[in-house]
Amino acid sequence: MKIAIPKESNVLEHRVAATPASVEKLIKLGFTVSVETGAGKSSNFTDDAYQAVGADIVSDKKSIFGATDILLKVLAPNPEEIALIAPKTTLISFLWPAQNPALLTELSEKSINALAMDSVPRISRAQKMDALSSQANIGGYRAVIEAAHHFGRFLNGQITAAGKIPPAKILVIGAGVAGLSAVGTAKSMGAIVRAFDTRPVVQEQVESMGGEFLTVEIEEDGSGTGGYAKEMSQEFIDAEMALFREQAKEVDIVITTALIPGKPAPRLWLKDMVELMKEGSVIVDLAGEQGGNCELTVANEVVTAHGVTIIGYTNLPSRLPTQASTLYAQNLVHLLTDMTPEKDGNMVINMDDEVIRGATVTNEGAISWPPPAPVLSAAPPAPKKAVAPPVKVEKKKTSGTQIAIYWLIAGLALLGLGNVAPQEFVAHFTVFVLAIFIGWQVIWNVSHSLHTPLMSVTNAISGIIVVGALLQISSGDTLGGSTLVSALAFISVLVASINIAGGFFVTHRMLKMFRR
Amino acid sequence: MTGMITMAYLLAAIMFILSLSGLSSQETAKRGNYYGIAGMTIAIVATIASSMVHAYGLIALAMGIGAVIGLFLAKRVEMTSMPELVAMLHSFVGLAAVLIGWGGYLEASALMGTELVIHNIEIYLGIFIGAVTLSGSLVAFAKLKGLVSGSPLTLPGRHWMNGAAILISVILLVMFVKAGHGGSTATMLMIMTLISLALGVHLVAAIGGADMPVVVSMLNSYSGWAAAATGFMLGNDLLIVTGALVGSSGAILSLIMCRGMNRSFISVIMGGFGTDSGAVADSDDGPQGDPLFLSHQEVAEELEDADSIIIVPGYGMAVAHAQQAVSELTETLRKKGKTVRFGIHPVAGRLPGHMNVLLAEANVPYDIVLEMDELNDDFPTTDMALVIGANDTVNPDAVEKPSSPIAGMPVLEVWKAKRCVVMKRSMASGYAGVANPLFFKENSRMLFGDAKDSVQEILKNLPK
Repeated sequence: MKIAIPKESNVLEHRVAATPASVEKLIKLGFTVSVETGAGKSSNFTDDAYQAVGADIVSDKKSIFGATDILLKVLAPNPEEIALIAPKTTLISFLWPAQNPALLTELSEKSINALAMDSVPRISRAQKMDALSSQANIGGYRAVIEAAHHFGRFLNGQITAAGKIPPAKILVIGAGVAGLSAVGTAKSMGAIVRAFDTRPVVQEQVESMGGEFLTVEIEEDGSGTGGYAKEMSQEFIDAEMALFREQAKEVDIVITTALIPGKPAPRLWLKDMVELMKEGSVIVDLAGEQGGNCELTVANEVVTAHGVTIIGYTNLPSRLPTQASTLYAQNLVHLLTDMTPEKDGNMVINMDDEVIRGATVTNEGAISWPPPAPVLSAAPPAPKKAVAPPVKVEKKKTSGTQIAIYWLIAGLALLGLGNVAPQEFVAHFTVFVLAIFIGWQVIWNVSHSLHTPLMSVTNAISGIIVVGALLQISSGDTLGGSTLVSALAFISVLVASINIAGGFFVTHRMLKMFRR
Repeated sequence: MTGMITMAYLLAAIMFILSLSGLSSQETAKRGNYYGIAGMTIAIVATIASSMVHAYGLIALAMGIGAVIGLFLAKRVEMTSMPELVAMLHSFVGLAAVLIGWGGYLEASALMGTELVIHNIEIYLGIFIGAVTLSGSLVAFAKLKGLVSGSPLTLPGRHWMNGAAILISVILLVMFVKAGHGGSTATMLMIMTLISLALGVHLVAAIGGADMPVVVSMLNSYSGWAAAATGFMLGNDLLIVTGALVGSSGAILSLIMCRGMNRSFISVIMGGFGTDSGAVADSDDGPQGDPLFLSHQEVAEELEDADSIIIVPGYGMAVAHAQQAVSELTETLRKKGKTVRFGIHPVAGRLPGHMNVLLAEANVPYDIVLEMDELNDDFPTTDMALVIGANDTVNPDAVEKPSSPIAGMPVLEVWKAKRCVVMKRSMASGYAGVANPLFFKENSRMLFGDAKDSVQEILKNLPK
């Protein structure tokens, strides 16, 4: 089957749906690949690089769109492009089916099979083709870079000869993929980072990225299905707003990433909060396309209100085109790998596969969106967890009286033994018991990783039994001795020597191997 | 002269203690071994120099042959067969203890009264412990070597049989001591030797393959007690001290192994685990669903994407001799700047610390080979956990399902990593006979095949 990679026609779009590396993998899957002239130019991939891995470079837009089996794009095709696409072609790109019902109708009428990368279900198995996450990660990173660019100060604190510079304070609202990425980036640039999210489960993730997790007093879990948040109660929103107003006075940069699927972005950063912020502060609104989290955001523009710069770019991932294209292309390769089970260049749309079913929005002339609800979520529902409490390891505690009784018995036994046993035995017994205690203390200190050498060295040392045999071996030629004893002792010396020589040598061999 | 010899023995005993304490860290371990050799040399030289010993020719011959055999064995043994070697060496100590005990019995004794009684008890105990060690170690050796089946031998009423054997031995002891020296005592001693040999065989035969770490360390302990008993018989403090050191060392190792499995020492020694309790587990509603698989190439890709990786090896790695391949994989990944660590469960393998030795043999730096307790909390922040031939030691049921037969056993929590890849030969359950829900966790993927081949295949697919 043939795959075509057109150049993106939107002026704001710098990404491309395939990189030379991904083309190589697609060819390995058995496909032939054509790339439109200059398709990778704004992502810094040259035509030569595509050609070098085996792609055809085609300059004719018509044949790119019209003469192919599979069309890989970043953004949905515009009407002129759709007109060029031949029926039965499979289109894979971002489509946003919920927002673009007209597009779906048009595609289905033209009998184009379309897979929306934004509709890949967010289950564990599909993570590798989750383009939303891969792009959101870049968006979060770029958001911090944009903020730093418009912010008049350092992000990190410094103490210089000229004076002390306080670190910038950044508030990230919404700790999804983009939010977490922003937290990590801002933290690594030296800022003090705080994050807020309605889902308490993300607290750990925020903290693992080095951010401080802000909470409101009210307990309410905002976790929805598929890793998204749901809408919150009025009471919660009031508490949240109060928290934001407080933070607005303190923070220098606000990055908002709050989205609820299929709904306009929640209004979280209101006009009065912008007014509360310090002159020169920056707001980056990642929800600009869905109407913005900030009341004053203008999509695709940078505006200044009350001395605060508000960035409403909707193409943040595209502003890091090489990275964004690489990851997006990789997502597509993963998807196509799953759709090409035989690896023979024959793609099949398997509607029984939950992932493919979820992504497919039009199939064989019919609209197949929305798909049935996904069965598995990345986070298990809460009640399930409660069923299996962790097993507690119960440890019996020995009471003081019990210990005292044990010692009393042991003491009496010792005294009784001392009463009947001869002097010599008592002396040996003393040595024996003390040696056990020494052994007990010494062995606990032995490193776990050296337990095998410990066994072999104790093996060698227990060869000390040779001493006993040595004392007996001369019996044969002693007055009143017996040759049988000598013979037995001979065998004992022999086997004990095997132990001594073998034990020490193998220990030596093993210890030599341990290296740092 | 006697004073000097006693002092030499004291010196040797101190050397042995230093030898064991040297093993507390890798840096001092080699020195520890040299201390051991020095102590042994001092002890042997001092003994030979004593006035009681004059059969120098015989000694030279016996020690010469013994040393040659020992060095040959030690040089030739593969690190994967260390458990076998250790078991065999235990049997030698047992054999020596039995023979010396008999020698002590046969030698004329001038002792009287209580001293004679105690001397006879010492002989008896020395032979008893020695014989159990001897036959037990031989069975352990055969099991480890695969000469006999590793599954536990569960004869009906086996506890009664053991109990009877011990009871008869005790009765014989009383009769033996009462009879003094002479007459039928040799027969009694002979019967007891045979009973204890049989007891050793039966005790170890009842214990299954994966409990071998406990058995081997238990036999290690026995061999120490046998030496100590011999020391009592001969009135030799050096033997007593050394025997006690070795005895407690083995006992501690057994204890550590048992804690690693959350089982009592008694339950391990009683044997039979994994046969009767396994059936109970199966009737339970086991984990459902189909496991998901990855190809070698996909594993390689995921490794390429991961930053932090924890490898959890088990007995399967030793069986497949995969340590060299694993080491290569580790090195390749480390060169790419990834954090690679090893998580070792206390009972992984067939010998305490077996995994560490195998990895050391394959040149894996020991400072990335960590104990379970050292890294178990790190799994949630780890990108990938690679389980190679381990099963029960990574079973989530131990923590999550109180009704599971292995509940409460500390396990490596690999399922908390972002991705968990399990390399295994088949879906078969592990030694404990318990199904493993790890294979069905959402973030788990299976990779079937021989561990060595799989790792090499992954290596090939990793971009250099």
